[in-house]
Parts: sequence; structure tokens; C-alpha cells
Amino acid sequence: MNFIHPQFSLALPEMILLGMISIILIADLFISDKGRVVTYLMTQATLVLAAIATAAVMGADVALSFNGHFIIDPLASLTKLFIYLVSMVAFAYSRSYLIERDMYRGEYFVLGLTAVLGMMVLASAHSLLTLYLGLELLSLSLYAMVGLRRDSSQAAEAAMKYFVLGAMASAMLLYGMSMIYGATGTLNLWEIRDAVAEGSGHSLVLIFGLVFLMVGVAFKLGAAPFHMWVPDVYHGAPTSVTLFLSSAPKLAAFVLMIRLLVDALPALASAWSDMLVIIAVLSIVLGNVIAIAQLNIKRMLAYSGISHIGFLLLGVLSATPEGYAAAFYYAIVYAIMSLGGFAMVLVMSRQGFEADELSDYAGLNERSPIIALMMLFIMFSMAGVPPLLGFWAKLAVIQAIVAVEYYQLAVLAVLFSVVGAFYYLRVIRIIYFDKPTERRELKPANDLKVIFIANAMLVLLLGLFPESLMNLCQSAFIY
Amino acid sequence: MPQYRRADRIHQMLENYLPVLIFIAVGLVFGAFMVVLGMILSPSRPDDEKLSRYECGFEAFAGARSEFDVRFYLVAILFIIFDLEIAFLFPWATVLRELGLFGLLSMTLFLAILVVGFIYEWKKGALQWE
Repeated sequence: MNFIHPQFSLALPEMILLGMISIILIADLFISDKGRVVTYLMTQATLVLAAIATAAVMGADVALSFNGHFIIDPLASLTKLFIYLVSMVAFAYSRSYLIERDMYRGEYFVLGLTAVLGMMVLASAHSLLTLYLGLELLSLSLYAMVGLRRDSSQAAEAAMKYFVLGAMASAMLLYGMSMIYGATGTLNLWEIRDAVAEGSGHSLVLIFGLVFLMVGVAFKLGAAPFHMWVPDVYHGAPTSVTLFLSSAPKLAAFVLMIRLLVDALPALASAWSDMLVIIAVLSIVLGNVIAIAQLNIKRMLAYSGISHIGFLLLGVLSATPEGYAAAFYYAIVYAIMSLGGFAMVLVMSRQGFEADELSDYAGLNERSPIIALMMLFIMFSMAGVPPLLGFWAKLAVIQAIVAVEYYQLAVLAVLFSVVGAFYYLRVIRIIYFDKPTERRELKPANDLKVIFIANAMLVLLLGLFPESLMNLCQSAFIY
Repeated sequence: MPQYRRADRIHQMLENYLPVLIFIAVGLVFGAFMVVLGMILSPSRPDDEKLSRYECGFEAFAGARSEFDVRFYLVAILFIIFDLEIAFLFPWATVLRELGLFGLLSMTLFLAILVVGFIYEWKKGALQWE
């Protein structure tokens, strides 16, 4: 029996997180409702600790552990760092929303942290087994978070829908994985790559498996035609959960896609690239067109998210390192913009008022010019107006597909970002030019307001200096 | 020649599943055969008395599809967690000598995480019926 002890130190961030989750879960039982802030602060401290640990184990080299099931490479470390950052911001945004709605419980934070743990496992996964493990840990936590507000029938419906469809997507993914395993005889991503390159796998079985993998991944990303859950879940879930759901997990789903397609099946690039073309075009067209008809801002942002995922896929389908870097950049940028977009709803809402209809934003400029300006930045960025962050992300993916001579796709992407600009600009029109329906002063909690302004300014500043983030993303894809 | 070895290995792996395939096929055929045989050979003379629901020894007073107290689900879920834990413990116990200290510590950690969940459910009152 040759049993090698794994190198535990590489998984230090995961271990810290798991330990802290256990501690917070127990500690929260003995904390009264008044002292709940302790749970909140412990959650944020956990993410900081995990970030420090990740930075400590991070290196330029690639390191494997746990019999090749676990990998530390620049992509994994960078993704994790961004996941911590995005999750910290998401938790900070949620605090006042949760207090106002009697949802300020330890379970919210514990479930959020287990979701983060799932994303970390996913980011560092190097076999089909760990990929699936991380994905399920992430998904199960998210299902519970969506349904956390038990007395709301809307949230219960959203959670049910998310759970049933999510379970089916997981089953599809698992079936695809079993096909890949059957064809290559291994779970390890690099061994799969080598087996496929040697041509020892049955190509028909591989393609069959690939189709199922693609369905699962597209569902988790929320790309058309597997997007049906997105608007309902985003709409039905409490806004703070929607905000979390639409940001960090997209980064994780992006890594899932990269690991499966690029790390394990680069030899099938021509096959998955064609599939991604269909998914990307459908997502961009459907997302942008249907978003125009939405009067609920959460649904509008959900459809806008679908179209953003379509743009992200453009980078991946180019099947070049530059394309992957552009898609990674897009995923990070989308996470930042999505935080800002749903934070708009959080800033506007108060106890007993969700502020999720577009008409609730009428004349916001007269009530609070500074918040109106910040919303303007975020909407312009989503629409892809230079010099804001969203513009550079769109530019990067379009450059990537032009480089591989997909000119029609590039034209289509540009055309539909113009269509998309319509509904983003409509929000701005409502904020600036419509008569306000209520005069009540807007009083968001201080931390919420400060972070919202910082978030919007980040969209502006990173847009003015796009190089640093872009270089960081490229460093993850130098092989 | 590594590629032959890999192809052989896959072939071997699939061959291991052959008995499972045969088992499924035989099971399906045999099961279908018995049902069809019953349908063909047995006499069928239904009447109201035969088709109505019954309970042993007295008049039936409710259908079997009555509502359950939702709390049973909670008990069932909690049971599953600790039931599965035993499923992990058995194989571990049989090879504990070979696993040594590392195996012992791994299982201790696993159980410690379970205990965290146990403390949580206890303190939340999930084990209390009222």
C-alpha cells in the first residue's frame, strides 16, 4: 500500500475557512440578537484570514496536492482572492438589509461562508471529483440562502425552482463526467487531457460527455438556453442574496468552465468552441432583448446578467490564452458591476419597501444627487460606455474574437450592446428626468452608502486605469 | 508503449462493469416475465368489495394517504446524517490498523465536524418534539 500524505499546507485557506465556519456556527448559538454584530465581524475576519493564507501559499508555480485532486496555480489563487473581496463586499452590503427584515441571523453568514468554501474548492479543483464536490457545496448553500426567508412565498418558489433545476443541471454535469471518465479511465484533469491527446478515448463518447458537461456549465453560469431559472430566482430571492448569488458564484462557474474545457479537454476545442458560439449568441440576443420588456429592476438586471455571460463566453470560445484572460477579466468586471447594480436596490429599499420597480427610482436625482450619480456610473459601465470599466471588458472579449477572425460574432456583439444600452439608459432617464413620486429623504445606512460609493468609484477608477487588472488576468493564463 | 496500456486499462475497467450490465438485463427480463405471466394466467373478476380499501378486522376509517406531521421530515433528515456517518465508519474500522495514526486523526476530524452540526441542531431545539 503506497499511501502518500498530502501536502496540507496548500489547502491552508480552505482549512481556515472550514475551521472558522464551525466556530462561527457554534459561537452564534450563544450570541443574543443584540450581539449579532460579533457574528458579522467574525465572518469578515474569516475572509481576511483566508485571503492572507491564500496570498501566503500563492506562487508563480503550479503545485499539486491530495493525489492530484487539488491544484494551486495563479488562476486558482487569483480567483480565490477576488471571491473573498466580492463576498466581503456582499456581506457588508447585506448587513443593514438583513437587520431591517429580521433576517440578521448567524445562518445567513454561515451559509454564505460555506458557499465561499465551495467556490474555493472549485477554484482549486484538479479532478472531476473535486470539481463536483465544490460545485455541490456551493449550490446547496445557495439554495438554502435563496429560501432563507421562509414566510415569503416568492422566496420559497424561487428556492424550489432553483433547487429542482439546479439538481437537474448537476445530474447532467455528473452524467457528462461519467462519460468522460468512461472514455479516458481517469478523473484527473491533466491525465484526461493526455488521454484525449493520445487518442485512446472513444471520440464519440467524449463528445457525448462534452455535450452534457456543457449543459451543466451553461446552467450554472445562467447562459441561454439554460437561463430560465435566472430571472425568477433573482427576483424571488431577498435582494442581499441576489447580490451575492449574481457576483462571486459567477467567478466560480467561470473557473469550472475553464477547468473542464481548457485544462481537461483542449483537444476538443473545435467542438466546444462551436457549442459556445450558439450559447453565446443566444445569451446576448435573448438577454438584451427581453431585458427591455422588464419593469422590475431585479428582473432587468437578471436578463442583463444573461447577456453579460454571453459576452464572457465570447472570450472563452476564441480558445486562445488571450481570450481566456479576457473572459476572466469580464467575469471579475461583471462581479464588480453586478454588486453595484443590486446594491442600487439595497440603497433604495427600506423596511417594508423593496424598491425593485423601475418607477421607484423616478426623480432620484432630486432626492440624492450623489447616489444618482453613482448609479449613473454603474449603468453606463454595464452599457459599456467608455471610459468606465464595462467598456474595457467588452473591448477585451471582442478583440479576442476578432483575433481568431470571428467577425460576424464581433459585429453581432457590438450591435446588441447598443440594444442593451437602451434599457440601461432608460434607468438613467428615470433617475434624472422623471418627476419623483415621493419626496421622502433617502437614508441608507452609513456603511451601505460608503461601500456603494466606493464600488461605483472603483468602476470609474479601474475604467480609467484598466491596465493593472488586465495584466493580472493575463498572468493567470501564461502556460 | 504507454498508450496501449492506457487503452487496456479502460477496457479492463469497462469489463468490470459487465456483471452489473448482465445483472440489470436479467433483472429486467425476469421481473417483466413474472408480471406478464401473472396477468396472463390469473383469473380477474373484480367487484366493488375487492377494490375497496380495507384494514384488518374492522371497517376502514381513513385512506392511507393521510397527512404527516412535518416534524417527521426533520427527524428523518437528522437520522440520515448520522446513518451515513456509520456507513463511513465501518470500512474505516476494518482497515484502521493499516491506516495508522493518520487514519485515526482523519476520522476524528470528520466526527468533530459532525459534532459541530450536532451541537447546532441540539441547541436550536431540533431534537425536541414540542
